[in-house]
Amino acid sequence: MKDSLLTGTRIRPAPENHLGEEVIQAARRRFMGGALIAGAAAVAAPAVAAGGETLDIPDWTRQLGPGVGTYPYGMPSRYEANVQRRESPGLTRTKQSSVSFTPLQSLFGIVTPSGLHFERYHAGLPEIDPAQHRLAIHGLVEQPRVYTMDDLLRLPSESRFHFVECGANTAMEWGNSAVPTVQYTHGMLSCSEYTGVPLKLLLEESGYDRKNGKYLLAEGADGAALTRTVGIDSALDDAMVVYAQNGEMLRPEQGYPLRLLVPGVQGISQVKWLRRLEVGDMPWNTREESLQYADFMPDGRYRQYTWIQEAKSVITTPSGGQVILEKGYHQVTGLAWSGRGRIKRVDVSVDGGRNWREATLQEPVMSKCLTRFRFDWNWDGGPALLQSRAIDETGYVQPQMNQLREVRGTRSIYHNNAIQTWKVAKDGVVTNVQVS
Amino acid sequence: MSRSADSRGAFRRIVLLVIASAAASATLAAGTSPRFGFGKPVSEADLAAWDIDVRPDGKGLPEGSGGVMGGEAIYEAKCASCHGSFGESNEYHVLAGGVGSLKSAHPERTTGSKLNHATTLFDYIHRAMPYNAPQSLTDDEVYALTAYVLYLNDIVGDDLVLDRESLPKLVMPNAEGFYPGVGFMSVDGEPDVKAPACMKNCPMSGEETSSLPESVRGAHGNLALQSRPLGYIRQGESTAEVQAAVAGGGATAVAEVAPETLAEQVGCLACHAVVGTRKLGPSFNEVQARYQAEAGARAMLLAKLEAGGAGNWGEMPMPSVSYLPATDRERLVDWILSTPATGATP
Repeated sequence: MKDSLLTGTRIRPAPENHLGEEVIQAARRRFMGGALIAGAAAVAAPAVAAGGETLDIPDWTRQLGPGVGTYPYGMPSRYEANVQRRESPGLTRTKQSSVSFTPLQSLFGIVTPSGLHFERYHAGLPEIDPAQHRLAIHGLVEQPRVYTMDDLLRLPSESRFHFVECGANTAMEWGNSAVPTVQYTHGMLSCSEYTGVPLKLLLEESGYDRKNGKYLLAEGADGAALTRTVGIDSALDDAMVVYAQNGEMLRPEQGYPLRLLVPGVQGISQVKWLRRLEVGDMPWNTREESLQYADFMPDGRYRQYTWIQEAKSVITTPSGGQVILEKGYHQVTGLAWSGRGRIKRVDVSVDGGRNWREATLQEPVMSKCLTRFRFDWNWDGGPALLQSRAIDETGYVQPQMNQLREVRGTRSIYHNNAIQTWKVAKDGVVTNVQVS
Repeated sequence: MSRSADSRGAFRRIVLLVIASAAASATLAAGTSPRFGFGKPVSEADLAAWDIDVRPDGKGLPEGSGGVMGGEAIYEAKCASCHGSFGESNEYHVLAGGVGSLKSAHPERTTGSKLNHATTLFDYIHRAMPYNAPQSLTDDEVYALTAYVLYLNDIVGDDLVLDRESLPKLVMPNAEGFYPGVGFMSVDGEPDVKAPACMKNCPMSGEETSSLPESVRGAHGNLALQSRPLGYIRQGESTAEVQAAVAGGGATAVAEVAPETLAEQVGCLACHAVVGTRKLGPSFNEVQARYQAEAGARAMLLAKLEAGGAGNWGEMPMPSVSYLPATDRERLVDWILSTPATGATP
């Protein structure tokens, strides 16, 4: 069947609600000509308002479609082919130690489809046979144990929604605006429902040393045998050893068959392909917490073990690299999250942070989880500077870029949780800027 | 004693046993034994192959030794291709140089200038290097390579030999350059940045301090093809280059389905098998066998698909599939005339 309709912006005028290239241009011309269309009425009518639209019977109404079972594991519509994880060109030297970004601009709600969860590997993607996988727990414990996946699946499980954000998310923006879209500025961020065994239960099973066991070492089974130190308080609080994500087993990219989940803590600590947990009495100073993932401060020293992801938010629509095609009503929407708990409030500014209004939080609002916010906006066609600001239940307020830089300088790489600014120009083009 | 009284006695004993064991596990849960006890108890010796982590205090370092002199040859053979002969290559993590530069205006962040404990160097080489063959080095080789990387940084002399005693005692140039980010280590940690939640006339000038540099515009490709092309807010047109790409035909390619898949999707296979027995209509290999060599067969079959009808194979009429695009009908007919009998199966 021909795919002459659509894809990308090479769009032929299409039935239903597809905006064709001509339609966009027509809307543009109307807009430029100053034909002001205000309010929701403009949206109620299709953009082709001029001559109305005569409805035709499309091909798919006049034929038999594929039968049940044609797609035993369903995939998104082929017309969604643009919605993909993407790499930022030149960011890394090898594909095996690289990152791909979640297309936040194209997602709704708070759950990231598993196939769009951002990827970060340090030595490529291991393909692990779950029957051969083992989890060892040892160190300062009474009885070291080795678990099979069968053993872990037998233990009492819990399911919870949490975000995972790389500590280096928004890293490219410390010094200046550097990347064009929210996919690249904030896309090392995803959110899933995870199911697994509370880590507290496993530690108690091991008879861990409650007096001296202050830290855990978590180790992956990949070629990097990646290791990170985790504080025992986080481990005993809400950390889990998880095997499932959004109702199915973890995707290989997210650690199949087993990963550590330490909610609210930076992604590197959520060790994927988890094979070993060791209880100890001091941090390990691993490569990923000294040579990498340590925050370079203005005095030339490094802040270490900075694992909590502080409150942060970003507007996903409209966002960098987008174009607003008509004046009038648009819903501004985005995501807010905090590694310290629930989001209490999100404010939105359309004038670069001088004046703010409270946005509406979409339920559910869960701890250490993405929260969707929305904000009604009538764009008057003038320039605007859009910002969002998250406040979490501890009262912490997401800082402006200059407030963050006053303390941390510009060379930290990690933990950039500054307010993002999207500049809307008079022609509707939205770009990534920073303001003071 | 009757049989039933005997059963009751057995039942009572079982109940008592259950209560006793429940009481025992309650005691154990509060004490030392596991509540579930799943998984296999093992000894630390069983875990030796995995338990390779090395701490700053030297715990975990294996027996063995290696020095700068021995390290050079291993380095040249297994490391230099990525890291450069002098550890200077920035293709990957730069190993050498910049020692003492971190507090200067132009800090060079390398393994030598940055690392606080040499034990971490051993641990990392041991577990993850060489990149294409991790955990292939012997303990002696890892000691030797650790010594050699320190030597490349002029931190040690060429006579250095390392072992589990000497390695933790080495003081790295940046030993004091790290401190724990306490505020980030617990949920109730004290944040280092405290911003006010100002609502009106906040102290922001609105001055643009940075925008996407012209030099990187277009570096991320055609943004129009990286988002769902629906709605009144669309991604794209961020640069003239992107516009040109769109105008030039930068649409995403959608794969054409194979003819047999098409036949299944549009419902042909509800009545026709590809190979073998007749269902409501003839199987495609029967059609192929009858018409393959006949002049005008293609045109006849195309007409049949368009008009539908009965008569050639029986009285059951075939519905018209004129709703299919002409090119799809052609693909189906060409496939039926060329493929089924040769063994293709759906």
